[in-house]
This record gives sequence, C-alpha cells and structure tokens, in this order.
Amino acid sequence: MRRRPRGFLAALVVAATAGAALAQAPPGERRTGYELLGPTTKAMQDDDMANPGMLWVLDGEALWARPAGSAGKACAGCHGDAAESMKGVAARYPAFDDKAGRPIDLEQRINQCRVDRQEAPALARESRELNALTVFIARQSRSLPIEDVVAKDERLKPFLEAGKALFERRQGQLNLSCAQCHEELWDKHLAGNTISQAHPTGYPQYRLEWQTLGSLQRRLRNCLIGLRAETYAYGAPEYVDLALYLMWRARGLPIEAPAVRP
Amino acid sequence: MSRALISVPPKAKKGEVVQIKALIQHVMETGFRPNSSGVLLPRDIITSFKCLYNGTEVFACEMFPAMAANPFLTFHTLATESGTLEFQWTGDNGFSVKESAKIQVE
Ligand code: HEC
Ligand code: HEC
Repeated sequence: MRRRPRGFLAALVVAATAGAALAQAPPGERRTGYELLGPTTKAMQDDDMANPGMLWVLDGEALWARPAGSAGKACAGCHGDAAESMKGVAARYPAFDDKAGRPIDLEQRINQCRVDRQEAPALARESRELNALTVFIARQSRSLPIEDVVAKDERLKPFLEAGKALFERRQGQLNLSCAQCHEELWDKHLAGNTISQAHPTGYPQYRLEWQTLGSLQRRLRNCLIGLRAETYAYGAPEYVDLALYLMWRARGLPIEAPAVRP
Repeated sequence: MSRALISVPPKAKKGEVVQIKALIQHVMETGFRPNSSGVLLPRDIITSFKCLYNGTEVFACEMFPAMAANPFLTFHTLATESGTLEFQWTGDNGFSVKESAKIQVE
C-alpha cells in the first residue's frame, strides 16, 4: 500500500544518466518485490508458521539428511549442518563452474552433487525435490546481502553482459523488453499486479497465483509467456545469464527466500 | 508425505483465549481443471479438519474444492487445562494426517 511521489527523483535519475540506454534504479531507489506487497501478503511471508514456502523448507531439510544414490551418502554426510555450511551460498549464485566453463545456478550446483557425489540421477527442474533442496539451502542465507559475484570473478563478465543484453532486448509479439516493465514502469499496475523491479531475492518462492512453490526460472518463463516470446527450455544458459544479471542488479539487497508473492 | 506446520502457544494462563494456526501441504485439486491434454484432473482435496483439546473437539470444519492449495486455518480456543491439542486432516484418496502440540496452562 505504498504510494510515493517519484516524479521528481525519476526526472533527476533520467537527467543524470542521459545517454545511457535505460535508467537502472540507483542503490537507494532499489526496492524488493516485498516492499510492494500488501500488508496481508507481507504478514504471510514474515510468519514462518503461515508462510507456505516453509513446508518445502521442511521437505528440503528431510532430503538433506536422507542418503541417496549408489554412493549411499546424504548431503548432510558431507556438508554437515546446513545452517553452517550453506550459509551465504544462495547469495553468491549463479557462480562460475570450471567444468561447465560458464556460470551455473544453485539448482545445477545441487544436481552436480547429486550426480557426481551421491551417484544418483539428476533431479528434474521444478520437481518438488529440487525446489525443496534449493529453498532449504536458500533459507540459510535469509537476510544476508546478495554478493557482487562479478566483482570477485572476472570470468563471469561476458555472461553478465549477455544477461544484460537479454534484459534490454525487445522481444515477443508484444515487442517489449524486461527493462521497459521492470525499470521504467515499476510501481505501476499490470492487470492486478504491481510491477516490481524484478529483484530475484526470494527464490524459490511461493506464489499464490501458482498455488505452489516455484523457481526463478519458472518466474522468468512466466514473463516471457506474458510477452508472447519464445521460452527457453528449463536449465537453458539464457536463464542462467539472466539470473546472473538480475542478481548483479540486486547486489546488496537481502535474500528473503522463501518469499511470498501474489 | 504432507508436511504440516502448527502453531500453539506453549504456555497460557487459565481462561486465556489462545490463537492456533494450522498450515498443511495439499494440492486441493478441484476436479474441475483439465490437464494439458484436456482431460479433467480427478478431484483430490482435504474434506475435513478437526482439532481436539485433551480429546474434546474445540474446532472443526469441512473443506470444499474452492479452497486454495495448502490450506491455512487460524482459530481460537479457551485455555482450560494443560495437555495436548490434536489436529486431524482427512480427505480424498484416503488422505489422513495427524499432528499434535502440547500446551501448558497455569
Ligand atoms: C560425497 C560428499 C558430498 C555429498 C554427498 C554432497 N556434496 Fe555437495 N559438495 C561436496 C564438495 C566436496 C563440494 C565442494 C566442491 C567443489 O567446490 O569442487 C560441494 C559443494 C556443494 C555446493 C556448493 C557450495 C558452494 O559454496 O558453492 C552445494 C550447494 C552443495 N554441494 C549441495 C549439496 C546437496 C544439496 C547435496 C545432497 C543432494 C550434496 N551437496 C551432497 C561434497 C558433497
Ligand atoms: C509487461 C511487463 C513485463 C515485462 C516486459 C516483463 N515482466 Fe517480469 N514481471 C511482470 C509482472 C506483472 C510481474 C509480477 C509482479 C512482480 O513481482 O513484478 C513480474 C515479475 C517478475 C519477477 C519476480 C520479482 C519478484 O519479486 O519475485 C522477475 C524476476 C521478473 N519479472 C523478471 C523479468 C524478466 C527477466 C523479463 C524479461 C524476459 C521480464 N520480467 C519481463 C511484468 C513484466
């Protein structure tokens, strides 16, 4: 229920960045999707006993402790207490992976351990198990600031640029770019939704519209479908590049997984 | 398996009105939605919930297809004596989940 006059500041921002393709909200102007929520949805996210995403966190906690694969090892067998070993991990993904020669997201990192260390089949994207493990790990980073991973690892730079290009490219039958909605029109309404700045702070998240928990890639897919653009297959490098760019834009904002969104 | 989250104040004064919250994981498939090939997905919902306080029913409700997935209920009861609150959800396809929580009344 926040209504803030932005005209003057916005004009300043535009003036200050004249010549730049699009004005990115400066650090002080960055708002997570949480800040745009109504009071009831905020209350639902804030209360661990009312946040439905916590049901998946419990699932993830159980999976963490359960031996799997022909190695017969549990995540906990190698990583111990996730509150220690996984703290801050979600705040610095996607991360560069030597084997892949490119950034991978947290889901892909989990599946690497599934396949290489547990010797179990990879978990399918959007499966309850993979979302549960991911949200359980992301939960261990709650309220920690998103790291500027690109500043720490030069190898990520070309992928950041690729993600930025995807974000700013007009696409789909509606011929819109992500930036047009999420940088120029945030705080405005699209049907029943308040458009946010698209910060990936709360994933995997519980979306009331989905009636379930879903990943960032599911959200990105939804936006692409909204633009009537072609979607990528789950796990595609384009999604990871986009995620890297979104995380970089959101650097410094706190992780809030599992977030609740309308 | 369905996870449930229940919230009961661990301690209360005798005669105090306490708030109880019960959240459970369930798809609540309405029976009216077609899948991607146009075939109706069979109904799969929780049909009833009850809460027993030392064996006495203090809250009960029926549930219907229009309820959202992962139903969340909040209700109140009077703290009368120390003991156990039992929660029972039942539904389609033999769905049955029980949880319990202790309350200490002074
Ligand atoms: C046999 C031991 C073993 C098992 C079992 C195992 N892992 Fe790992 N995991 C490792 C090692 C070793 C690393 C660090 C590897 C590296 O950086 O090369 C790692 C790294 C990770 C990372 C990246 C951490 C970071 O700081 O970037 C995540 C996330 C992770 N594992 C999750 C899991 C999950 C979830 C499971 C269970 C499904 C699991 N692991 C099972 C050994 C294991
Ligand atoms: C026509 C406007 C529009 C365009 C274009 C658009 N989105 Fe969105 N996007 C929305 C709306 C509406 C929502 C739901 C409300 C919200 O969280 O912003 C949303 C949500 C999101 C979120 C979730 C934010 C959160 O808090 O969880 C992300 C991330 C996102 N969009 C990224 C993108 C990306 C990447 C693109 C380009 C591929 C894109 N969007 C294109 C309208 C748009």
